[in-house]
Amino acid sequence: MPESGPSTPYVANKPKDIPTAEALRARIPGWGVDLDRKDRPSYPREVYDPGSTGAHWDYPEEQPHREGRERSIEHGQLTPVFGTSAPLHGVSGSIRRYAYRYGEGRAAHWLLLLLGDRVDAWGAHAASFVSLRPDNPITETGVLAEGRRHGIASRFGRKRVDVNHQWIDPIVVAGPWVAGAAGAFLGVRAIVRRGRR
Amino acid sequence: MKAMVYRGPYKIRVEEKPMPRIEHPNDAIIKVTTAAICGSDLHLYHGLMPDTRIGHTFGHEFIGVVEEVGPSVQNLKRGDRVMVPFNVYCGSCYYCARGLYSNCHNVNPNATAVGGIYGYSHTTGGYDGGQAEFVRVPFADVGPTIIPDWMDSEDAVLLTDALATGYFGAQLGSIVEGDTVVVFGAGPVGLYAAKSSWLMGAGRVIVIDHLEYRLEKARTFAQAETFNFAEYDDIVVEMKRTTDFLGADVVIDAVGAEADGNFIQQVTGTKLKLQGGSPIALNWAIDSVRKGGTVSVVGAYGPIFSAIKFGDALNKGLTLRMNQTPVKRQWPRLFEHIQNGYLKPNDIVTHRIPLADIAEGYHMFSAKLDNCIKPLIIANPS
Ligand SMILES: NC(=O)c1ccc[n+]([C@@H]2O[C@H](COP(=O)([O-])OP(=O)(O)OC[C@H]3O[C@@H](n4cnc5c(N)ncnc54)[C@H](O)[C@@H]3O)[C@@H](O)[C@H]2O)c1
Ligand SMILES: [Zn+2]
Ligand SMILES: [Zn+2]
Repeated sequence: MPESGPSTPYVANKPKDIPTAEALRARIPGWGVDLDRKDRPSYPREVYDPGSTGAHWDYPEEQPHREGRERSIEHGQLTPVFGTSAPLHGVSGSIRRYAYRYGEGRAAHWLLLLLGDRVDAWGAHAASFVSLRPDNPITETGVLAEGRRHGIASRFGRKRVDVNHQWIDPIVVAGPWVAGAAGAFLGVRAIVRRGRR
Repeated sequence: MKAMVYRGPYKIRVEEKPMPRIEHPNDAIIKVTTAAICGSDLHLYHGLMPDTRIGHTFGHEFIGVVEEVGPSVQNLKRGDRVMVPFNVYCGSCYYCARGLYSNCHNVNPNATAVGGIYGYSHTTGGYDGGQAEFVRVPFADVGPTIIPDWMDSEDAVLLTDALATGYFGAQLGSIVEGDTVVVFGAGPVGLYAAKSSWLMGAGRVIVIDHLEYRLEKARTFAQAETFNFAEYDDIVVEMKRTTDFLGADVVIDAVGAEADGNFIQQVTGTKLKLQGGSPIALNWAIDSVRKGGTVSVVGAYGPIFSAIKFGDALNKGLTLRMNQTPVKRQWPRLFEHIQNGYLKPNDIVTHRIPLADIAEGYHMFSAKLDNCIKPLIIANPS
């Protein structure tokens, strides 16, 4: 027990080493300007004020080309507006469409979506090699920044704790490439062999 | 037009893409001048967010010039310089009518548990983002705001997410005068949260990270005390020690789903993706706060389950508050704070990178090279 006797929280007072408001105001420009909760923009959390948003509709006009757009089964309808960045296609598209049969509370929904993501990536890599712009692991991973941005000096001798797992990243990234290259090799070999027969 | 596109985990490139089109009468097309890379983009970049499709363009922090407007747009015209909140939102649904812009129900068909976000996978609606020369902005009368003449354009881009989120994170802490506030994470969001905590009357602000150069910024930019968790066997115990064994009144998680500090959690959560990320910082927050205290979570977590110490939260009687930031709601007050000189957002910008070099920019920000804190992307030099 300290000489002064038991202290917070074993007794009721607050910790003693908190500076006074005057001291804080002198040290930190703007200290306490939002002290009153009512000055804080998200207080209270919900404020019913539909006229304040700039919307001049009760329900937005519906964006066209709605048919086939996948949606969560937790939605009562397709939302009036939606993104069109990368419509479903191919094998990954079928996996993803299947994932959308499950509600958002189900692990199957999200794990199937992740599977769709990986299949999409593998398919895109494979397709890129018969395109005018094959994937380039050097430029696409930005790994040349290691040289230009002091990769070694930034990492070592600095007590960083992420260095202990960063070595795994190249494996995660290169693994599918190695597998893909091996697959391509086996595929080509099989075709060549069949051709010889 | 040129745009950053996703090619699979840890791989992106700049491609020629078709110009975005007006797809809805209240759309606008914005010519992006400056964009930014956010800590949230790293979750996509690392392949952690379900339904991140090849060819998708990231980027939810951007400003630009109006190129074209749809027939029902009333508040914007071609040539206006605008800042665009990272939320895509309609302004009229149940949630928007109550100010919960980040929880809009009319813009994301893919999920009900999250609203619309630019360039943030199909799980947030499938909208291409602003790390591109041009971007489609839905509900142009609702989200975008003309950049005031007095405002620095870099401050404007920081207001579209990082600054608004740090400030929102401090609000979620319900800080009262004299509170001890601990912020996990000294990235852009954590730095802004620490700085904002003072405005709300904190008596002590402590920032925790393992990157010394970021902690240095926390001391100079946010006048905070700092602790490098790599130097302590148990940072939670250290937080008890420094608060007379009470614990902090408020703890803010500004780290999110890819926290470091536990090898097993990192490998199972972010490398093998067996859980929705690694919630180490959130668990530290729950354990560092005092009983009856508040944990504010602005660090992002994905939809897949993660191993949270919920029993501690229950037994300690904690208040847990969290959300994606309703950005535009923060703006009027933040504009005042910037004008009064209380906040200088672009003090934390470390890199300005041309769009063409964005792949190296992502690698640098992801691997935390070259003392990077906040990288901006120059899409169309103005
Ligand atoms: N809620 C929202 O609306 C919203 C908006 C923007 C960003 N975010 C989220 O906020 C988080 C931070 O974003 P940022 O741009 O500052 O990212 P960032 O990656 O630059 O910063 C994260 C920091 O946390 C540190 N860190 C890692 N593990 C830690 C641990 N266990 N304890 C303490 N610090 C640790 C890292 O070293 C890094 O400095 C991300 O998860 C991002 O997705 C949420
Ligand atoms: Zn962000
Ligand atoms: Zn809405």
